[in-house]
Amino acid sequence: MATKSQAANNNKPVEIVDRVTIRFAGDSGDGIQISGNQFTMATAFAGNDLGTMPDYPAEIRAPAGSLPGVSNFQISFSERDIHTPGDAPDVLVAMNPAALKVNLRDLGAGGTIIVNSDSFATANLKKAGYEANPLEDGSLQAYRLIPIAITQLNAKALEESPLSKKERDRCKNFYALGVIYWLYDRPLQPTLDFIADKFAKSPDMVAANQTALKSGYNFADTTEIFTSHFRVRQAQLPPGEYRNITGTEALVLGLVAASQLAETPLFYGSYPITPASDMLHELAYLKNFGVKTFQAEDEIAAVCATIGASYAGSIGVTGTSGPGAALKSEAVGLAVMAELPLVVVNVQRAGPSTGMPTKTEQADLLQAAVGRNGECPVVVLAPATPADCFSMAIEACRLAVKYMTPVYLMTDGYLANGSEPWRLPDLTSLKKITVSHEADAKSFEPYQRDPKTLARPWVVPGAPGLEYRIGGLEKAEVTGDVSYDPVNHERMVLLRAEKIRRVAQDIPPTEIFGEASGQLLLVSWGSTFGAVHSAVERVRANGKKVSSVHLRHISPFPADLGQILKSFETVLVPELNLGQLRLLLRGEYGLPVVGLNKVQGRPFTIGEVQQKIEELI
Amino acid sequence: MTPTAPPAARPAPTRQDFVSDQEVRWCPGCGDYSILAQMQKIMPDLGIARENIVFVSGIGCSSRFPYYMNTYGFHTIHGRATAIATGIKCAHPELSVWVMTGDGDGLSIGGNHMLHILRRNVDVKIVLFNNRIYGLTKGQLSPTSELGKITKSTPVGSIEHPINPVSFAIAAEATFVARAIDSETAHMQEVLKRAAAHKGVAFVEILQNCNIFNDGAWDSLKDREVKSDRLVNLQNRKPLVFGKNRDKGIRLNGYKLEVASLGAGVSESDLLVYDETETDSSFAFLLSREGRPDFPVPIGVFRDVVAPTYDELMSRQIAQAQAKKGPGSLEDLIYSGMRWTVKANGTSV
Repeated sequence: MATKSQAANNNKPVEIVDRVTIRFAGDSGDGIQISGNQFTMATAFAGNDLGTMPDYPAEIRAPAGSLPGVSNFQISFSERDIHTPGDAPDVLVAMNPAALKVNLRDLGAGGTIIVNSDSFATANLKKAGYEANPLEDGSLQAYRLIPIAITQLNAKALEESPLSKKERDRCKNFYALGVIYWLYDRPLQPTLDFIADKFAKSPDMVAANQTALKSGYNFADTTEIFTSHFRVRQAQLPPGEYRNITGTEALVLGLVAASQLAETPLFYGSYPITPASDMLHELAYLKNFGVKTFQAEDEIAAVCATIGASYAGSIGVTGTSGPGAALKSEAVGLAVMAELPLVVVNVQRAGPSTGMPTKTEQADLLQAAVGRNGECPVVVLAPATPADCFSMAIEACRLAVKYMTPVYLMTDGYLANGSEPWRLPDLTSLKKITVSHEADAKSFEPYQRDPKTLARPWVVPGAPGLEYRIGGLEKAEVTGDVSYDPVNHERMVLLRAEKIRRVAQDIPPTEIFGEASGQLLLVSWGSTFGAVHSAVERVRANGKKVSSVHLRHISPFPADLGQILKSFETVLVPELNLGQLRLLLRGEYGLPVVGLNKVQGRPFTIGEVQQKIEELI
Repeated sequence: MTPTAPPAARPAPTRQDFVSDQEVRWCPGCGDYSILAQMQKIMPDLGIARENIVFVSGIGCSSRFPYYMNTYGFHTIHGRATAIATGIKCAHPELSVWVMTGDGDGLSIGGNHMLHILRRNVDVKIVLFNNRIYGLTKGQLSPTSELGKITKSTPVGSIEHPINPVSFAIAAEATFVARAIDSETAHMQEVLKRAAAHKGVAFVEILQNCNIFNDGAWDSLKDREVKSDRLVNLQNRKPLVFGKNRDKGIRLNGYKLEVASLGAGVSESDLLVYDETETDSSFAFLLSREGRPDFPVPIGVFRDVVAPTYDELMSRQIAQAQAKKGPGSLEDLIYSGMRWTVKANGTSV
């Protein structure tokens, strides 16, 4: 894989590699996430395709040096188009013994371990549960171990800084980052700019952190530890303007875009919950976009206030994670009955109950699809990648308004916090969202439906002559008056179901990766897109005929899905639950479907999916 | 649905304009009929166009109310009307938003939301029908049922201490708090008008009779013979005088209230002068706590103070952000942060 060449500006040879995966690990207070984000930015500037995945503890400040306090950030970058943050890391950067212990099992055979050897003192070793120093007892012989006295080297580099010893010591994550920048030939400038901006109020902090970064870089260049460094060539990405974006950021931008495309104000009601709170934080800054954010007293009030706002003519969005989605269920039923637009974003996390709040899972699909009292159909959508959250947020708002229905938008911790380069859209290409609150007072009936979509009119209080009453009691068809008529009830249940089925007319034809028929089809949804697509790419590169489709629309399914499934001998559904999409597909199409299921709070690796494919063909 | 002419051509509204075409389905003799009638009577006098009025309710007998008002109406889910009304008012501040609720809906399942709409001072008018029983579910105890109360779910007597709705609202620092009685129709109309005129959250408890499951719950306050001795009607900046012959009053003794007979050395100047605009809620709270058999039950306005409303502050923050930064540009927002360009030949800059 690696070829040697001579770098123009450095003293040591450069090896060209096609893909590298690095994991940064340390105490949650060590600035690991900042290091990871800076490395990501530098990598984006170097022109690679990339994927990232942060993994942080639920504890805000677990005791320093302890196993639960370890925070990780993984990045994979390549000269090719990639879809995941990588399986096993090639390089583990461990800032203390606990970080080494927690992450060692994920490191690939022969992987490189860079450690801050200064942190491997008795106290830290004990906190991590090491009886002997793993740097000295030979237990790491299977790896390429590179111990660097980062604390001491950093202290020496900053000898002349007027900062306190403690402040100087806190710069060491930039020292370590400098080492890795040299090793992977990353540009320093984006991070030097970031430091200048972040610490603008303190020139001493700017100087110290910039010095630490440059010193680490220069140390790696001159030390005899490293005989060569690595370069990943620029990826052939489609031309355009890019920025790196997380799923949360993209989703927030998508909601604001939808509000503008609909020329309708956005109301976001939410209650703090990991990992969904960042949407509330980000939207709260966007007041000049007319966005109203409401931090409610609980999850129920959050969705109810949102329904109120929607009834009053706003695009109502509520964001949460699994336990909060459970609390919102009854109110979503009200929005189904009252036929009001509503978007519920569920950033799924490992459950049940409180589960593992910072870990990812896809186990709320059935909750969204069917988890309410009564026959209570809704639209369920799921973005495939962090950047895809932008378009799917717009899609969720568009369908909610067009069909006057609640729409669940199912992301997860991995999509929300993971990032990838995003080719910025041409805003003029985004379709307007048609919103009308008009009705003719002479003929207006609250439940008079649009013949094509079956949506009722979105008449908003304030319109003279159209005063009407709605609620959660069953409605008489057309008039919307309360009705206990048995035949009417059945008719209304069927109408609500049919309305959701008709959303399928808005779903574009399903794209099949690979042949349109054959032995094996993989069906994925949500954040597993990257691992599944990459695994299929790999086996296809080996000459095997395997196809895949990725679903963004789960309720209703795309109209052409049944025919596609029937064209394959075996259908495999990999998902991070015990088989929820599988159950829905079996129910809808009556076909045997095989599952690949994982519930470890972590995404699939490409290897896991690939192995399952190879078992089946 | 009765279509109406455009606003310019509309004659002055009448009570009948606020009566919907729906058949009223409360039990005959229910106190709710009186509340509906008083509401329909005051509505034409509020000067608010019918289309700008929304009645929101949760679940319970009281919550059928919106169907009977020819305004906008939303009959929602149990306990959540206050939360839904918060969203309506914040999204559309021009609307006059009313929540119709009961002791179970508003203080049991919806107790949390009630606390928060009150403390936030959302400009919503809340009318709580207190009949001290669950009526729609046919007779279980409610959070206002008295200790020892025999109900279907407490066959040997309630072991719960009841909550006092007015004390709750004052403790939450609601900016308008009042109490009325279903049978005191003229007084109720005055209280509802005052609530409507208040800028900010208004909480009105109405002592209401459920003639099926808790008949006579408030009879001790309604008997013509004794009610003047059992009620004290709060009048702003007036001494607290009551009694058939207006011969009794309320004064402070230490930190407790006591009833004093006027005459024999006690004059009105010895009595407490009530001030509903006092921002310190301590005294209003003290008065609301009275439950002694020999002490009159206060009705009328306990509290009417001025404070910024939540919906107004929310809109103001948006206006300020727009004045400072200009209306948001999606293009600027998306094309922000650290960006790079991939050229057609594949190179990045």
